[in-house]
Amino acid sequence: MAEYFNMGGYAAWIWPCYGLVTLGLVGVLVTTLRGLNARTREFEALKSARRGDGA
Amino acid sequence: MHRFANPTQFMRIANAIFPWVAGLAVILFVIGLPIALVTSPPDYQQGETVRIMYIHVPSAWLALMVYGTMAGGSAAFLIWRHPIANLTAKAAAPMGAVFTGLALVTGMLWGQPMWGTFWVWDARLTSFLILFFLYLGYLALGDAFEDSERGDKAAAILCLVGSINIPIIHFSVTWWNTLHQPSIMKLGGDGVKSSVDGSILLPLFVMLGAFTMYFFAVLILRLRSELLAAKIRNARLSQAAVGDALGQAAE
Repeated sequence: MAEYFNMGGYAAWIWPCYGLVTLGLVGVLVTTLRGLNARTREFEALKSARRGDGA
Repeated sequence: MHRFANPTQFMRIANAIFPWVAGLAVILFVIGLPIALVTSPPDYQQGETVRIMYIHVPSAWLALMVYGTMAGGSAAFLIWRHPIANLTAKAAAPMGAVFTGLALVTGMLWGQPMWGTFWVWDARLTSFLILFFLYLGYLALGDAFEDSERGDKAAAILCLVGSINIPIIHFSVTWWNTLHQPSIMKLGGDGVKSSVDGSILLPLFVMLGAFTMYFFAVLILRLRSELLAAKIRNARLSQAAVGDALGQAAE
């Protein structure tokens, strides 16, 4: 197992690459979902506020 | 083509394909990562570092594909004023910047053990760094104007002018003598040819597919978000207009 993680001596290069790419892809997904949720809430609030006006 | 310019129509299609691209992305990552990290053999020259290729090349491929998407969107926006085209470019831009950054960083982490240096100013690396700055410029320019439409137009023009860099990146390894290796895929009269063994091409292609499907899935989510932002802006504007009218009537 330790031999596998050692990656033939290149562990210090390979694992950071995979870590950074994972961080990048997951990070983009999470920020996207957060933004989408915030805007959905804001839009719903605007809609209900408008209905509340009774206009 | 113009049928897709209608936001409702466009999002109906996008939402219909979303579960497929998202599902495919998950499946391809689940298949691809174990092949890339465990079952595929080390390269006879590069040893285990060849595993970096399975994420470096897809990142670089997406960096270019996202720019192509943005250039297409920017052109459609400037020529036909398609709002969806502009929103697509805007939604894609941060992802392109991230992919370009990842391609650069994974390249550096691969370059140090294989070339003995993190960075050289050869044509491929330099043109890719310019691509990164083009993305940052696009993002900054879009936000730099008080009037958001002027910002969008300026950013779209920058994107189109910058697209000259895409063929330069692609052909840099053929036109100039670079430390970066030339493409391992050759498109010839008899189809795609490669000098690389299938055991290494398989994880590469699966990961290319995974990254591409990931991009489409997240792009659709970002488009939903951009459209909502536009709706919120419009609702605010019309609210302000009603408020002004009421205020004037009261006076």
